[in-house]
Amino acid sequence: MSAPAVETRDLVVRYGDFTAVDHISFSVAPGEVFGFLGANGAGKTTTIRVLCGLLRPSAGFVRVAGRGYEDGERAIKAKVGYMSQKFTLYNDLTVAENLDFIAGLRKLDPGYYARRRRELLELISFQKGLDARVQDLSGGTKQQVSLAAALLHDPEIVFLDEPTAGVTPAGRERFWRLIRLVAGQGKTVFVTTHYMDEAEQCGRIGLMRDGRLVALDSPAGLKKSVFPEPVFEFDPLRSLSSSELSAYAAHEAFAFFESYGPRFHAAAAGPEAWARWAPELGKTFRIRPIAPSLEDVFVRVVEGRR
Amino acid sequence: MSGAVSISVREVSKSFRRFPALHGVSLEFEAGRMHGIIGPEGSGKTTLLRIMLGLLVPAQGRVEYFADGRPADFEALRPSLAYMPQTQSLYPDLSIDEHLEFFRDLYSLPREIYARKREELLGVTRLAGFVDRPAGQLSGGMYKKLGLMCALLRSPRVLVLDEPTTGVDPISRRELWELLYRLLDENVLILVTTAYLDEAERCSKVHLVELGRVVASGEPRRLLESEGARSFDELFIRRAAASAP
Repeated sequence: MSAPAVETRDLVVRYGDFTAVDHISFSVAPGEVFGFLGANGAGKTTTIRVLCGLLRPSAGFVRVAGRGYEDGERAIKAKVGYMSQKFTLYNDLTVAENLDFIAGLRKLDPGYYARRRRELLELISFQKGLDARVQDLSGGTKQQVSLAAALLHDPEIVFLDEPTAGVTPAGRERFWRLIRLVAGQGKTVFVTTHYMDEAEQCGRIGLMRDGRLVALDSPAGLKKSVFPEPVFEFDPLRSLSSSELSAYAAHEAFAFFESYGPRFHAAAAGPEAWARWAPELGKTFRIRPIAPSLEDVFVRVVEGRR
Repeated sequence: MSGAVSISVREVSKSFRRFPALHGVSLEFEAGRMHGIIGPEGSGKTTLLRIMLGLLVPAQGRVEYFADGRPADFEALRPSLAYMPQTQSLYPDLSIDEHLEFFRDLYSLPREIYARKREELLGVTRLAGFVDRPAGQLSGGMYKKLGLMCALLRSPRVLVLDEPTTGVDPISRRELWELLYRLLDENVLILVTTAYLDEAERCSKVHLVELGRVVASGEPRRLLESEGARSFDELFIRRAAASAP
């Protein structure tokens, strides 16, 4: 088995008194699409900054593409691509100017750059001209060009921090098709998202809560371990008041009861309570068994709701 | 200004240079309802919101405002509208608490009301542990939540939210929606654009905008039934595929 693409042991990052990342240990295999989830402020971006070689950790072991901080300032940076959540491209520059600029920063050989750029623009099926200004691109296209920019120096691992925030559903679908293509070329993709339909497409998922890694498994594995009970969709037959809803949320028939669009997902507390209450509940809801969604997993694990 | 505000948009059109943004849009927005405006990027959603807020002047058509069912002057209503734009400008060197205090003073909020609102909003957004952090150092989702808190600090009669939950984690997203529902009980008119189609399903009414036209409008379930789709995701992806070149 080959060495992990990413490996951390007891990684800690402190900002003054605040511990942003608290002893996290995990590894990611080469070619894996690894989803990194958690609430805002749980420490995801801080962890990514460490793994990209941008932030020296306060303590712990880090190895990315076989390199560590002890190998020098630029050792990790040279091996990874990073698409940050806040800033990726200069809006007032053209696509070509942005890519040229990055090629310059990365000191890419001109022949290699020309070839690689063509290859990547083909990968993202870029239709606009290279002289289009970034500000004139749609949000979805901008994100695809950002991905190409992050891949320009052919890194082994690419870190994508909320790459699809604010992108339309069709644009998100296209972006994930690209992620699969990139992973298919053997690259490791490390991605954060708040869209659970995207998390569903990851090989494995790490869930962060208050700076700690609280769960790590495949989407199917997480669902099984977090929801050992049967799960049902409850579709209300009439509109319910908020006091009725709070009563259901605390009802003894449920181990879990959360809204999901206009419907609800519920986990049965136990066979006896369920058998006792199901007929009564059936008068208010259309009930059907379902598999739990990743959003259910997220709510239960990150929130610690019953 | 209290009372229920409703808004009628009548035959509104607007172009930017040669680029048409809205074509004869007519819509009714009733008080106490949550209206979802959904549609692909560049379809005219933000332009529509900005016209309703008096920030843009329509080329044709007009917007009418009503307070408790009677026609009302926009200028008189203006202080009771709150708007959270898609990209906000907060002060990078002010902390969360300093932002809240700044808006408290700007809105002249009484001390007790401010204290209650502050606690409620920090609870919903889960930012209580970060009140001393400068806005410039917040993550995307946290920054968004701060903007939302600033918009919700006073009690508006009309709340206009342009993609309020982009980058916001699933749990805060849920709690934010619960908060919006509570506002509906106070008869506030809420307009929201969203790319999360489960959120669209939770609106009282959904208006689907494409290329500057309203192509469908109604109660979410009925709208889905009439389009023969099980979810908005399905409807959206199907429509996007149909309109692709």
